Amino acid sequence: MIRWLVGLIGFGLAATSALAADQVQIGVGYLGIAGTRSTLSLVEQPAENDGVAGARLAIEDNNTTGKFLNQRFTLEERRIKEGEDPVQAATALAERNGFIIADLPADALLKISDALRDRGTLLFNAGAIDERLREADCRANVIHTAPTRAMLADALGQYLVWKQWKRWLLVVGSHDEDKLFADALRRTATRFGAKIVQERSFEDKGGARRTDSGVTLIQRQMPVFTQQAPAYDVLLAADESEVFGAYLPYRTWDPRPVAGSAGLVPRSWDAAQDQWGAIQMQNRFIKLNSRRMTALDMQAWTAVRMIGEATSRTNSGDVKKVSDFIKGPDFSVAAFKGTRLTLRDWNLQLRQPILLVDGRMVVSVSPQEGFLHQVSELDTLGYDRPESKCKLK
Amino acid sequence: MSRMWRVGLLCGLALVAAPAHAFIAYVSNEKSNTVSVIDTDSWTVTKTIKVGQRPRGIDFTRDGKFVMVAVGDDDTIQVIDARTQAIVDSLPSGPDPELFAQDAAGNVLYVANENDNTVTVIDLEKRARLGDIQVGVEPEGMTISPDGKMLINTSETTNMAHFIDTTSRQIVANVLVDARPRFAEFKHDSSELWVSSEIGGTVSVIDPGKHEVIGKITFEIPGLRKEAIQPVGIGMTRDDKTAFVALGPANRVAVVDTATRKVTKYLLVGQRVWHMAFTPDEKYLLTTNGVSNDVSVIDVAAQKVIKTIQVGELPWGIAIAP
Repeated sequence: MIRWLVGLIGFGLAATSALAADQVQIGVGYLGIAGTRSTLSLVEQPAENDGVAGARLAIEDNNTTGKFLNQRFTLEERRIKEGEDPVQAATALAERNGFIIADLPADALLKISDALRDRGTLLFNAGAIDERLREADCRANVIHTAPTRAMLADALGQYLVWKQWKRWLLVVGSHDEDKLFADALRRTATRFGAKIVQERSFEDKGGARRTDSGVTLIQRQMPVFTQQAPAYDVLLAADESEVFGAYLPYRTWDPRPVAGSAGLVPRSWDAAQDQWGAIQMQNRFIKLNSRRMTALDMQAWTAVRMIGEATSRTNSGDVKKVSDFIKGPDFSVAAFKGTRLTLRDWNLQLRQPILLVDGRMVVSVSPQEGFLHQVSELDTLGYDRPESKCKLK
Repeated sequence: MSRMWRVGLLCGLALVAAPAHAFIAYVSNEKSNTVSVIDTDSWTVTKTIKVGQRPRGIDFTRDGKFVMVAVGDDDTIQVIDARTQAIVDSLPSGPDPELFAQDAAGNVLYVANENDNTVTVIDLEKRARLGDIQVGVEPEGMTISPDGKMLINTSETTNMAHFIDTTSRQIVANVLVDARPRFAEFKHDSSELWVSSEIGGTVSVIDPGKHEVIGKITFEIPGLRKEAIQPVGIGMTRDDKTAFVALGPANRVAVVDTATRKVTKYLLVGQRVWHMAFTPDEKYLLTTNGVSNDVSVIDVAAQKVIKTIQVGELPWGIAIAP
């Protein structure tokens, strides 16, 4: 009798521990930079948790699905302070997490991807839009959910050409990333038959972004800066560094719309996006984070959802298995953009429609009608396979 | 040639003139917040009923006396009296109801609430909420097995068909399907469950006993990119031999031979076709076309689109009086 009882207890114990052991734990790390950058517009000032808030929502979504598959997702956030070594932080994260979502500048991202290569950690670039990360500096262990500058520029350019606004006045900021965006816009103009009628550069002379009498001064400066331009349809501002772009709309000498870094802006996501079931996602995000969802939030959400999609399809939390599936031909993910998103297998960039937004509404979504492609119309945005310099290793 | 044409025309006229039983179709217009009432004898809109915000899922009560319409942005299901065509009541659904299913007796209503990952159970007679069932992310498609024992819910971001025991109200199985499953439909003989995946672009055929995907229906339309093929609504003829699948922005309804699971024909309808309903005599199939704001009428036997009816803005759901 006692032996029978002991046996029963033993069985009970074994059954419980087997159940707990069956649960697959999937660790996701989030690596970002501490602090936020300053924007010209106060309402566009990013929140402290910009990006990671999207990852958090996707972890919740994955766990709702995971409870049917006995998979459990966790998120570990790490912010690097100035002067801190990203490799050290990434290595520490990689000890506990097979997947890392990175919102880092290109150089830091390359450093950590090389450092983690032999470990097998899969990295998701959710923040950097630099072309070179998908071209000459592409890496086999980095998947890009952030769009590239060329994709953003092409998305905007297609719409302007569709609108027959083909004469562009290009104003370029003085920082490196402004110049890179200007390069992308020039490439777009050549590809889609628009003409840059003139280029002007706007020097960053420093100074405060917020002043008590700023508007008066800006109202005098901007018309003067844009006067005597050759005939143009739209002014394109290349100002990723937030020095002048947002000052241009309604202040140009000629009454012309502004696009690029201000006015009509190309983005992977926007708080105003409500098509294709997106309203449910926006509501879930607001409920969880008490603010609206940004493009960076979406890029991080998509990365974590890609992991969840692959773990449920493969019914596995094994990093190698999941990575292979994500990079394989059968992978796609739904992200409220009206079409399935897939990876460009030659450089691991996520194909995606790009929204054109004005801060209040989604004005249009590219690719535009009529821009055709033999494989996917999404490949009319950015560098295509034949042009690519990427050799994955 | 001209004689043949004339004969054809005469036949056509004869068909139209033949006395047909008139049915009443109710169409929810997602954007204009109205329900259009269509007379299937004259094929005209006889009334437009103002309803709540964002009407989508729509169905008759089993006795045919009332029409229930889910008005998502008002977080309720409104009840329209089919005789007076006026709103008479509302049901306590959870937040953002979209699609719903009722048991065979018409006593219990199951509602998919997109916003909080639950299925709400409502007592139709008492109009009271009986409870909630936790499901996957963004529940949408809802159907009940012909024997009434199994409720199926599809969740759009979890990508599963959840099998819920209607007695215990517990999930008994989850079947993974392709991305964004939107609609579920049983064969009348219960042998198969069909689930459409909007983003995946397929229809999964599930064995409801084994809870396994036993086949997949794929679609290919020459000259149309794959991304435009987004299956949503499914209609199955009573003999289970033919299925119709609405393909969203592909602007077509696929006719599927259920034995071979192959598409035999694509019928061009209006733009962004969402859902569909048969007339009770199964002579006609009506589809809602979201972007072109109209309803296409398909002659089921001839497998031809014979008519288009303008309705409100962004027509979504459709129900025909039993």
